[in-house]
Amino acid sequence: MSTEATTVKGTRLLSGNEAIAEGAWLAGVAVGVGYPGTPSTETLENLVRHDEVRCEWAPNEKVALEVGIGASMGGVRSLVTMKHVGVNVAADPLMSACNTGVGGGLVILAADDPSIYSSQNEQDSRNYAAFARVPMLEPADSAEAAAFVQQAFDISEEFDTPVFVRETVRIAHTKTPVTLGGTRRQVEPKDYEDAPDKYVMMPANARVRRRATDAREDALVDFAETSELNRIEMRDPSVGVICSGAVYQHVREALPDASTLKLGLSWPLPPVKLREFSASVDTCYVIEEACDYFDMRVRSLGIELGEVAVPRDGELTPTLIRRAFSMPCPVAAEPETDLPPRPPALCPGCPHRLVYTELRRLKAVVTGDIGCYTLGAVPPMNAVHSTVDMGASLSMAHGMELADVEERCDRPVVGVIGDSTFAHSGITSLLGTVYNAGSGTLCILDNRTTAMTGLQGNPCNGVTLTESAEGLSPLDIPAGKPLDIAELVRALGVTDVVEVDSQDLAAVRAALTAATKEHADSLSVIVFRSPCRLVDRSRKPAPQISGCKACGICVQIGCPALGHDEEGHAVIDENQCIGCGQCAQVCPSGCIGEGV
Amino acid sequence: METTTVLLVGVGGQGTILAGDLLAKTATAAGLQVKISEIHGMSQRGGSVSTVVRFGDEVASMVADEGCVDVVVAFEAVEALRARPYLKPDGVMFANEEQIVPVSVHIGNAQMPADCTERLQEMGAHLLPAGRIAREAGSPKSTNVVLMGALSTALDFDAASWEQVIADRVPPQTVDANLAAFAEGRKAAGA
Repeated sequence: MSTEATTVKGTRLLSGNEAIAEGAWLAGVAVGVGYPGTPSTETLENLVRHDEVRCEWAPNEKVALEVGIGASMGGVRSLVTMKHVGVNVAADPLMSACNTGVGGGLVILAADDPSIYSSQNEQDSRNYAAFARVPMLEPADSAEAAAFVQQAFDISEEFDTPVFVRETVRIAHTKTPVTLGGTRRQVEPKDYEDAPDKYVMMPANARVRRRATDAREDALVDFAETSELNRIEMRDPSVGVICSGAVYQHVREALPDASTLKLGLSWPLPPVKLREFSASVDTCYVIEEACDYFDMRVRSLGIELGEVAVPRDGELTPTLIRRAFSMPCPVAAEPETDLPPRPPALCPGCPHRLVYTELRRLKAVVTGDIGCYTLGAVPPMNAVHSTVDMGASLSMAHGMELADVEERCDRPVVGVIGDSTFAHSGITSLLGTVYNAGSGTLCILDNRTTAMTGLQGNPCNGVTLTESAEGLSPLDIPAGKPLDIAELVRALGVTDVVEVDSQDLAAVRAALTAATKEHADSLSVIVFRSPCRLVDRSRKPAPQISGCKACGICVQIGCPALGHDEEGHAVIDENQCIGCGQCAQVCPSGCIGEGV
Repeated sequence: METTTVLLVGVGGQGTILAGDLLAKTATAAGLQVKISEIHGMSQRGGSVSTVVRFGDEVASMVADEGCVDVVVAFEAVEALRARPYLKPDGVMFANEEQIVPVSVHIGNAQMPADCTERLQEMGAHLLPAGRIAREAGSPKSTNVVLMGALSTALDFDAASWEQVIADRVPPQTVDANLAAFAEGRKAAGA
């Protein structure tokens, strides 16, 4: 843990997330809070290394932002981090905090995922900045990320507003040189004084604060006109491009001679500067990815834009930009068309695998959720039939019940959710089912970690962000500290609650059969427990196979370590196998034995 | 210097990220600007993964477009074939000739290309048994460092600079084994 008052001096390669953590620390941030989500996660994991900052994972982004608002109201600088879809969850406090304004500086990191590498949609957080009328800064590399986050805190306090910093995945997860050094700013907490007219958003106050937001917007536009965050770079005046963030870098690569207006502030926009730039070039273009946010706003100012056909969806690249300008593109070999696809897969020994094997056997309609267990949707399981948002599994299962799907399809409906996601948004979903006397089967897959984002702590495993940074494993946490999920579910009013070892096929089968058949008319909750194999890294020898009948049943559990030879006999890849014994349990002929 | 683009491709868990870090630090030590970009998250779970390292006097974009990569380093043979369109016509490829069979093949939804090695040879890839070389060098987990040894023969950074970065970056008790893996990778690539 670092306790020094100055950062490591010199130039380092930092990701955007690492740079934001360093910049926030330099800015004197006192509180860091968020919910893990790709591509935002590493920000707090780096910030927590500084002892002076209190860092926490919240159960969800709404809670995180509310903690941040409280810290800000209490007078200290706070940083709140989330992925783009997390902003949806935090939107409720956001849409009022934009009117209350702040005490200590309040900065929200929103990390977007154009091309949808690890998310459920491609929404663009710039729209939230405009919607909430909250300034948004957009760095184009890590050096800017470190600098912009410091400036964001100053803007927050100067203009009495929360401030967004937006990254896309190519900023968050690209390491570029950052020259740091300098001293952490000593920011004294502001004295707390009751200010109900500022913070109590009842109608009489909210109407006044709304007008304060209008006035603030005018001041922010003036700031945007003069701020060096928005930078005109004149080169060849025949082509001018308005762009921001990672797209600015692609434009520099694809059109090195073009003049650019690089917008470091994507809300509010500077009308005068935009007009000045467009007037100084022969043809002005907007280039942006996955959304027409700038395009429609610039056009609404009456600025005429050149037409370029960049793709509507997905990340841009220099070649896509060159193609849009009908420029020569690099010559590339044709892709090989006969290669086997390699999508992500449940790991060898994954505790979710046997649950999905049984759900597939039951032909269940599975409403799924967000996490590694979403991979139950891909072959060979094909056993997840919806993934919408955090917590939707349980509430959607209830909706399917109201639509009589079980009776109409003669298939059980089962909601499946992970431990961290249950804590995030599943508890209220389950409460709704209980309250409305719903029935059906809900599975909570408790693997003791927030696995997909990289093994973060959560209320279910009880490991705090600070404890994670100190190396505490969920397997070593003292009894009583983790949430007792089964007990919580009982307290919500569910009487049929069982805890099952998810590595024990017979027990998994028995529990799912009982819940979906014998107790089909009542609400059953099964808590499947077994640690993620990236948390419990213990291995046993790979099993021995003898007398394989080449039935192919074992390979249909989709274990990456389990294949077959040309005659169809099972073959185990000893490099990947961890000796979990799942394949031995599904083998109908007892051919897969103990490892030696 | 002109910007050089190196693309590292492999299967989640093979150590492409550490390898990219070694290259990036070596290029930084040579006084160049570097950008290294990777995609985390869902694809890490045994899926195809890639890391882009770009270095030069001034580097703008952090992505690798098709037809723009100077050197592809493939940690797995099928991924080498998959990465082919990214290579420049005169680009260089180093590929681990060893294969990892994806689940799609295990379950009968797809097949491994029967002539993978031949196709790679035909396109002029430098093939090496990186995993075996690492094991023989006494460091089975250093397949990535073996491949960096091979890569080093195609770039202008001297071996001592690479070795310094490796020694600083890997766990202290594994330094000797990793340096041996690096040297064997260089040898296998003809240095």
